[in-house]
Amino acid sequence: MGDGSLLHTDIDAWLARHQSKDLLRFITCGSVDDGKSTLIGRLLYDTGAVPDDEIARLERDSARGSAGGELDFSLLVDGLAAEREQGITIDVAYRYFATEARKFIVADTPGHEQYTRNMITGASTAETAVILVDARKGILTQTRRHSYLVSLVGIRRVVLAINKMDLVDFDPGVFQRIVADYEAFARPLGFDAITPIPISGRDGDNIALISARTPWYDGPTLLGYLEAVPLAADTLAGRPFRMAVQGVVRPDLNFRGFSGQISAGVIHVGDEVRVCPSGRTSQIARIISGFGDLDTARAGQSVTVTLADEVDVSRGDVLAAAGSPPESAERFVATLVWMDEQPLVIGRSYWLKVGARTVAVVVTGIDHRVDVNTLEHHPATRLELNEIGDVALRLDQITPFDPYEANVDTGGFILIDRVTNATIAAGMLRSAERRADNIHWHAQTVDKTARARLKGQRSAVLWLTGLSGAGKSTLANRIEQRLLAEGRHTYILDGDNVRHGLNKDLGFSEADRVENIRRVAEVAKLMADAGLIVLVAFISPFRADRELARSLMEPGEFVEVFVDAPLAVAEARDPKGLYRKARAGELKNFTGIDSPYEPPLQPEVHIDTTLTSPDAAADRIVRLIEQRGLPGVDGDGI
Amino acid sequence: MSDPDLSIAAGTVAASPERLTHLQRLEAEAIHIIRETVAECERPVMLYSIGKDSAAMLHVAMKAFHPAKPPFPLLHVDTTWKFREMIRFRDSHARNLGLELLVHTNPDGLAAGVGPFTHGSAVHTDIMKTQALKQALDKYGFDAAFGGARRDEEASRAKERIFSFRNAAHAWEPKAQRPELWRLYNARKHRGESLRVFPLSNWTELDVWQYIAAENIPLPDLYFAAERPVVERDGTLIMVDDDRMPLASGETPEMKSVRFRTLGCYPLTGAVESTAATIPAILQEMLTSRTSERQGRVIDRDQAASMEKKKREGYF
Repeated sequence: MGDGSLLHTDIDAWLARHQSKDLLRFITCGSVDDGKSTLIGRLLYDTGAVPDDEIARLERDSARGSAGGELDFSLLVDGLAAEREQGITIDVAYRYFATEARKFIVADTPGHEQYTRNMITGASTAETAVILVDARKGILTQTRRHSYLVSLVGIRRVVLAINKMDLVDFDPGVFQRIVADYEAFARPLGFDAITPIPISGRDGDNIALISARTPWYDGPTLLGYLEAVPLAADTLAGRPFRMAVQGVVRPDLNFRGFSGQISAGVIHVGDEVRVCPSGRTSQIARIISGFGDLDTARAGQSVTVTLADEVDVSRGDVLAAAGSPPESAERFVATLVWMDEQPLVIGRSYWLKVGARTVAVVVTGIDHRVDVNTLEHHPATRLELNEIGDVALRLDQITPFDPYEANVDTGGFILIDRVTNATIAAGMLRSAERRADNIHWHAQTVDKTARARLKGQRSAVLWLTGLSGAGKSTLANRIEQRLLAEGRHTYILDGDNVRHGLNKDLGFSEADRVENIRRVAEVAKLMADAGLIVLVAFISPFRADRELARSLMEPGEFVEVFVDAPLAVAEARDPKGLYRKARAGELKNFTGIDSPYEPPLQPEVHIDTTLTSPDAAADRIVRLIEQRGLPGVDGDGI
Repeated sequence: MSDPDLSIAAGTVAASPERLTHLQRLEAEAIHIIRETVAECERPVMLYSIGKDSAAMLHVAMKAFHPAKPPFPLLHVDTTWKFREMIRFRDSHARNLGLELLVHTNPDGLAAGVGPFTHGSAVHTDIMKTQALKQALDKYGFDAAFGGARRDEEASRAKERIFSFRNAAHAWEPKAQRPELWRLYNARKHRGESLRVFPLSNWTELDVWQYIAAENIPLPDLYFAAERPVVERDGTLIMVDDDRMPLASGETPEMKSVRFRTLGCYPLTGAVESTAATIPAILQEMLTSRTSERQGRVIDRDQAASMEKKKREGYF
């Protein structure tokens, strides 16, 4: 261990200098053979980010590998055991290095089949992109794809790193040709700046030091560029103030603070702010950062603020500059990047998270799909894994937003599957859709409670789900007879009265089945609003669709009844002869035969029809309904 | 290119006073992550390992909720083989901050007398750390656990999400990770599933030290050089912290000026010879001798993929 004498006198100066570094996040994009891992390994090595023991390991591993004893820098960044075996990177990895001027975080994303998902993920936090091109191959389809994806997430400055210049004898003609090709192609993407640099990741030319082998090049080294490129934060501070409220801090009755990370703008104590979407205004009373108070705070800082007035603020609200607040809407046009194996289904309900707000959302239509290789638009009825398209969204709550171009935090969102909880899409809000603006939901003095009380009951939606032949209709009829005898007002929705009228335009494809259930759920909701007890008897095989129906109703109003019969039993009953036809191949997409049934995980009522008679089951459910009493009287739901 | 002062570029671009510094940005991000976890999870807990990363993470958490206290307890998984100084520091630090501290030891391992000398590092780590952690999370029903791990520590960490999803068996599935975009974290999960949350994911070892220096965060004395009794085994200096350590015949502890770069079970944690007794002196040593901090950890050496394997099994 050295005695550090070289640094001994100026360690304090060193500390002070390194306390005041800034931070740049960037992404590298390239195809499998463009030498991306080698370039990143080289950056780490040249900036001294690789510890001595890892260099020793690198020398050992390089001797064994394919680089013939030369240091193989790609070995520094190939992380997981699975990748080492396959010789490819499989996911987004983050690497860290620093120079005197800046700390850097680089997102390393693979260039093969999961490229779109991984690249969008890596690029979402990046401020600039290094787009790698093999000097021998020039601009490839992948280069176009990467450039489009980078522009899609809003990166405005890119480096065109033309790599492997050593393999084309550092020929300036090759370099200039590729630069011209790229600039022509990239014009519609609207980058603010494209900086081409001739490099060799393997040999280090123009990475940290200007290469003697490119005397014709007078631009910056790659590191020089990365140290000088402007930061996104510089422009964000000049935008209108926005802060998504993550939580309310309430240590005692005298303090009520709202916590969040400022995503744009600057605030001062005394500034007028607007709570969105409610629109109420107040002034900033205190700005708390860490253990002390500030007079002012800016984009990027995590703070807690208190307001001068007692206004209602909760998680998911956005605090904004009072004079230039975000718009609020519930219908949007957005760009979606689909990231799940299960395709996007129009009409299905998902969760949408934007800022600190999570709301239910339905994709109501797809305007077009973008071919990421040609940038052409194609009509589409669904989006598959790694596909990108412009869609219309309907949220179940008025939500404040800015267009993504104006503010990433109030315009960028993710979609989450309601059943698997997976993150299934990333999206960018573009604008509010005006179409529905003229429909206002007036607060009616005659409301659901009033209507239901007139009928001496509480609204309910009994949702009977199960295989064909499980006994849903039989059970629904028994329940309705009992309820009628008790003087209740009811209605049954089933295939017989819905399929022949309201939904006669729908077939049995997956998309049509989703739409079928969506319409039934909406009708049930209206009937519940009219004060009725609605019985819905549909196979409704998909969990997500039943969850959508549940989400439309008030808490306690939706009662999921799983009418459970094993397939063999239902098939043996076969009251309409449908199983026989399905087995014979005359009926396609028949639930239980060639289309799945997803049983409820936590139904309110589970009827095992092999053990319980329809009458006993009906008794049980009617008791449950009758115990609920009247609305506004005993208050408790089921 | 191995200049110790890391100077690379010809020109130096100083951060303008209008810009947040890298430490300010890292702190703001960590606060955001911690607040998001508290908002979206029912019962979070902070894994407190007493080391410098834990110290920095806990300091950030104190800031995140000020003037309130962090709304979660601390949990220490005690293998009973930690340095005695760590336990003293742990108890006094939690008391000073006014936070609830939970301590869990695997009772089965304790009854079976599992220890690093008798059972080896692999068995000891599995029973007394991995299994013990799972027991503790299940016992208290925690659905999210903060850890101080950083992505620069180790190759498999570099690919792990900030909100790292674990199935009901606490296992990590590297191929089934949720995409993590912008600063939007998906914390949704079913009952029995849980999250490991790493607020310091984007910090490096140097960032942590700089932050500790800038914020005056107290640390156990073990991080600073002092004369300590050590023996050398397989090239690693092991401190004789108590009389449970069996000495070979002819093996006598020697007093050496040493410090520790990471803290863990004393029989598994190598010391480095050093005279650095202050944080600037430690930084100075780091800049002149660059070995990775995990080099001192006996448990990582078994095989190249050892950490990934342990994580799949539920190690933090």
